[in-house]
Amino acid sequence: MITTTAAPSTGSLPPEPHVEPDRRPRRRRRSKHRAVWEEAPGPAGFTVKAVVLAAIVLVVLFPLYTILLTSVSTQADITRSGGLVVVPGDLTLSAYRQILSGGIVTRAAVVSVVVTAVGTLLSTVVSTLAAYGLSRPGSFGHRPLLFVLLITMFFGAGMIPTYLLVSALGLIDSYWALILPTAISAFNVLILRSFFMGIDSAITDAARIDGAGDWRILAQIVAPMSKAAIAVVALFYGVGYWNAFFNAMLYLNDNAKWPLQLVLRSYVLQGVTLPGSGVGQVDVATGAVTGLPVKMAVMVLAVIPILLVYPLVQRHFTKGVIFGAIKG
Amino acid sequence: MSAATTTRAAPGHGPGSARETAGTSGVRPPARKVPWHARLRRDRSLILMTLPAVVLLAVFAYVPMAGNVVAWQDYSPYVGILHSPFVGWWNFERLFANDAFWHAVGNTLLITGFQLVFFFPVPIALALLLNSVMTPRIRTAIQSIVYLPHFFSWVIVVTIFQQMFGGAGFVAQRLAEHGHSGFDLMTDPDTFLLLITAQSVWKDAGWGIIIFLAALSTVDPALYEASVVDGANRWRRMWHITLPAMRATIILLLILRLGDALTVGFEQLILQRGAVGAEASEVIDTYVYYQGVVNGDWSFAAAAGLLKGVVSLALVLGANKLAHLFGEAGVYQKA
Repeated sequence: MITTTAAPSTGSLPPEPHVEPDRRPRRRRRSKHRAVWEEAPGPAGFTVKAVVLAAIVLVVLFPLYTILLTSVSTQADITRSGGLVVVPGDLTLSAYRQILSGGIVTRAAVVSVVVTAVGTLLSTVVSTLAAYGLSRPGSFGHRPLLFVLLITMFFGAGMIPTYLLVSALGLIDSYWALILPTAISAFNVLILRSFFMGIDSAITDAARIDGAGDWRILAQIVAPMSKAAIAVVALFYGVGYWNAFFNAMLYLNDNAKWPLQLVLRSYVLQGVTLPGSGVGQVDVATGAVTGLPVKMAVMVLAVIPILLVYPLVQRHFTKGVIFGAIKG
Repeated sequence: MSAATTTRAAPGHGPGSARETAGTSGVRPPARKVPWHARLRRDRSLILMTLPAVVLLAVFAYVPMAGNVVAWQDYSPYVGILHSPFVGWWNFERLFANDAFWHAVGNTLLITGFQLVFFFPVPIALALLLNSVMTPRIRTAIQSIVYLPHFFSWVIVVTIFQQMFGGAGFVAQRLAEHGHSGFDLMTDPDTFLLLITAQSVWKDAGWGIIIFLAALSTVDPALYEASVVDGANRWRRMWHITLPAMRATIILLLILRLGDALTVGFEQLILQRGAVGAEASEVIDTYVYYQGVVNGDWSFAAAAGLLKGVVSLALVLGANKLAHLFGEAGVYQKA
């Protein structure tokens, strides 16, 4: 049983789904997190559990560690280790200086940042509005409008007709082709909608009696109370735009316009030396620092924004925000 | 909790019923009796708010849906949809007679089946393991770490695997130091199924536990307490209390996955098709891309894509029906 409606309905207060109720009462002279009836694991069980968990953490973190370390290592250390560096030697930022000095990678990073920023803003605003507009069953056109949204979750138009449409709209080689076709995710709208529906209607009704219209109620009451949900949805959209590469591969023929993920794919994954026709290009493959550190630096660059935003939003990832939508 | 809240939050009420809440009944009469033009005027802000999303969906989701007519045409980009000749079911006939298409279908189902066995149980096991970690701080830290790869792009994940298991990767280097050469998982079609499943596990198994942890957090601790009094050890508690608590979630996700059987990591596969070859990596989605966008056989590819979409829709609806038969809520219910 997933009780999904529980989180947003904490009375009139803004919901705080990340606070986990401490269901195990504290007892003296036992582990404070263990219930009184619960036996402590034996040394063997404890060891196995600790080793498995440590291995899992290592499997996730080790590749990230060695890639980050290699990106700041000197060519000498890389040659000595035969490739990826595990033990830190001399550290240098020359790979980053090289890719950020105005070449293809710099341009791609700027493209990615701008597309992500514009796309996330557009998607989040439009989704929030739609979610509020659909949050009152019985309003005019509620069911048909909701239906319009839901159908897109179950039936996708397909790649070919979508490509033909984008092409017919003249959006090939336009950055809007990276934003508009994927601007609305029905799932994200439903997350927001179910969160909004969980807000105590006594509050919004009171505001309405005081003469506030729906725009004002959304802006001054509902949105501020739903900051956590909106932040999570914005993260989902933002990560989606930042990580997308296939739309760019499909719609951008001009590789001077490529976003970072596509540059990463060609230059790092496929090992292609980028021909590049952009402004102030620097041939990254033939610079002072060759190969690996530059490649790894491009990878780090593609991961950094996620690492920066993730901790801010991560604590909201609990049932209340995300799974409210599943049953709505 | 007031009656107004529960009425409004509860799904399954007919149109208009949520308007008849305790909070608003003094202000407005029940919605059913309000004439449509009055409701239109009353709700015009709500409709206006929904409008941008509806316009975006109309243009970028519904127009392409209609654009699937090219599947019945011999589409040529030079004359466009309006002037391309209609050819009946010709494209579908070609499709059904095409061995490469059936090979792609076979690969798709093979990958789905393999991942159902080797990916699907991983988050469940991980959630059980994590749930048994008592110290909240350690548990939260591990959660934060295992969720993280879900937010990396497929380009990053595939590149990481290439750097670890590719021909010039970490493992190959260590093996080369000991005299073994030629190790390269990225280009080996025989182990490709294992490779992509490992990638999926690395990227998404951690994120997958979130829904199971949510299910586990709803278990009433009194159940455990009572079972301990009756002499149940930790394994019996897991079998009789914890796993049943996750049953509904497991069934729901299983059904969702079955409904999505024809969709397997498109971005993941298209990134690796060049290295490993089409034989092992061609699935329906990549087939559509190569036939349509690359080879320019637009109508043929659209037919393949449309067929996939229709079968997927049928699978989702069927799977949801199945969920209802199991007595579960399913993916959607009558709103």
